[in-house]
Amino acid sequence: MKQETLRVTAIHPVSQRGQVKTGDCASTGAVDARAGALPVEREGYLARRYACRYAHVVTMLSAFPADPVEVTSSEAALTRFLHGLPGIDKVGAESRAAMLGTRSIKKDAKAFAIDLAISMIDLTTLEGADTPGKVRSLCAKALHPDPSEPGTPRPAAICVYPDLVAEAKRALGAAPVNVASVATAFPSGRAALDIKLADVASAVAAGADEIDMVIDRGAFLSGRYRQVFDEIVAVKAACARPDGEAAHLKVILETGELSTYDNVRRASWLAMLAGADFIKTSTGKVGTNATLPVTLVMLEAVRDFRAATGRQIGVKPAGGIRTTKDAMKYLVLVNETAGQDWLTPDWFRLGASSLLNDLLMQRHKLATGRYSGPDYVTVD
Amino acid sequence: MSETRLAVNKTYKLYIGGAFPRSESGRVYAVTDTKDRPLANAPRGTRKDARDAVVAARKAYPGWSGATAFNRGQVLYRVAEMLEGRREQFADEVSAAEGVGRNKALASVDAAVDRWVWYAGWTDKLAQVAGGANPVAGPYANWTTPEATGVVAVLAPRKSSLLGLTSVLAPVVATGNTAVVLASEQAPLPALAFAEVLAVSDVPGGVVNLLSGPLAEVAPWLAAHQDVNAIDLAGASHTAGVASVRDLEIAAADNLKRVLRPEAKEPDWTADPGVGRMLAFTEARTVWHPTGN
Repeated sequence: MKQETLRVTAIHPVSQRGQVKTGDCASTGAVDARAGALPVEREGYLARRYACRYAHVVTMLSAFPADPVEVTSSEAALTRFLHGLPGIDKVGAESRAAMLGTRSIKKDAKAFAIDLAISMIDLTTLEGADTPGKVRSLCAKALHPDPSEPGTPRPAAICVYPDLVAEAKRALGAAPVNVASVATAFPSGRAALDIKLADVASAVAAGADEIDMVIDRGAFLSGRYRQVFDEIVAVKAACARPDGEAAHLKVILETGELSTYDNVRRASWLAMLAGADFIKTSTGKVGTNATLPVTLVMLEAVRDFRAATGRQIGVKPAGGIRTTKDAMKYLVLVNETAGQDWLTPDWFRLGASSLLNDLLMQRHKLATGRYSGPDYVTVD
Repeated sequence: MSETRLAVNKTYKLYIGGAFPRSESGRVYAVTDTKDRPLANAPRGTRKDARDAVVAARKAYPGWSGATAFNRGQVLYRVAEMLEGRREQFADEVSAAEGVGRNKALASVDAAVDRWVWYAGWTDKLAQVAGGANPVAGPYANWTTPEATGVVAVLAPRKSSLLGLTSVLAPVVATGNTAVVLASEQAPLPALAFAEVLAVSDVPGGVVNLLSGPLAEVAPWLAAHQDVNAIDLAGASHTAGVASVRDLEIAAADNLKRVLRPEAKEPDWTADPGVGRMLAFTEARTVWHPTGN
């Protein structure tokens, strides 16, 4: 715990100063080598050492251009900017995520984390076999997650396919639970742009409060960043409602198909520059879903983006988050990476379906002092 | 060669979900023989190990209870075969754990092997004995069969470390239940070694989960657990306290678990067991089937 505090404080001065240059690390390396001989001031020395170790993980982009319009002005400028983003230290990112995952959260803090996690859930059903009845029962669950405990918070949103948005809207009524809809030929995103936009428009017209779009991974991976950018901009425009409001846009990067952390960072920046309100890890339909290191990279991206532009973007890991323990690891990660500002349902969501039951069972356990079981929560 | 060979001591571990983890607490406790000489360290299981074991047992339940009775019989017979092949080892384990002579220990291991065979034979015969066709006033075929209860927690007998364990465990799994067994606190080693027999006997992972640890720290959590359907209190304490029969029954009442009360004194496990223990953890299911027009 003490060591952790030290790391965090050691990192912050560096973040405020701006990007750690390779030169800094090299000179710190020299300090390292001479450490035994020279009377180096201990704390400053440690600060530099940790700054170097986590340089790639925590690098702040003070070099970010003042004018986002310029970097997105052409394909070449966009490519130059995205490829100029600092590379990710894979080992560093994974070890930091793993280390943060070992935090022990008990008693009052656990009760707080469980309720916070419940309120951040996008309760999701995205099956080919979804029926209006299933969506209604999911909505009923969102309205009363635990009928025996009226104090249980509600999840933030219900996430369904576009054709079921109207059903979900009807079932939720005026309750403060949003309806999110996946769109743009989810999950593959393989359709012509006008079809994707029609998909979005139909969901918005049916009353969706949030749109979860997928990026064109094929275009992204073959370097056609401008195409991806333009598509997000077009979808963002399609999210507008006649009353002047607009549905929130979540951009799914499908990190399981992006193959490297560098690509995740680039895709995050690309989506944020194009006007995403949220960046989301996965569709839940491919082998690799949300992981802690990927979420760490995305949280760093939103943190750096806010520092550079003043605009705050939300993050939503989705897929494969099933247990209370998983959820709490993500909360720790948010707190330690992006900070408390993101620790609300407005800026952080968990895309999940079975997670809610596990959280409710843990809630029973805390309330009653005995282990609960699946007989005491709904079968989804 | 006058060199002394270094001792290779065994690390006893828990058996949960078909794997052999250490206790989540990372702790062990010293197990001694009946004359207080140290034997080995056993994992000091905790409530969280018990929780994990219940999850594993619940996961294994649909497969095991859905297997044909004939198949369960084959698996149980396989357990007997595997145990028979290691009777020398278990004779040593039982002799050390219970403080009995080697011949007596060997007889006890043989009795345990025979008991597994006995229960293996019962799996596809219990329904004929305990179930039946009911005469009803209507055009229906109506019959009742005993079916598994669910996840059963078993507090193993405190003295008889292998035969006693077999006598309480085999009837639970024979009918299709899955089990979470807390081994005798004083003599857990034969039970933990027995997990190695189960692991190579075609018993699907999670059907039997074996824990060792303090009765007072683990048993109350199993008794109160909402996802445990029944509990066998064979090894519960008869003196007042959290692990007493009375307190465990009160804890178990909350979700209306089936509770099998122990006898006042540990019974002679060599006696004919009868079908009582099997029927204690079954539910009667009655089916009405229309006949004719």
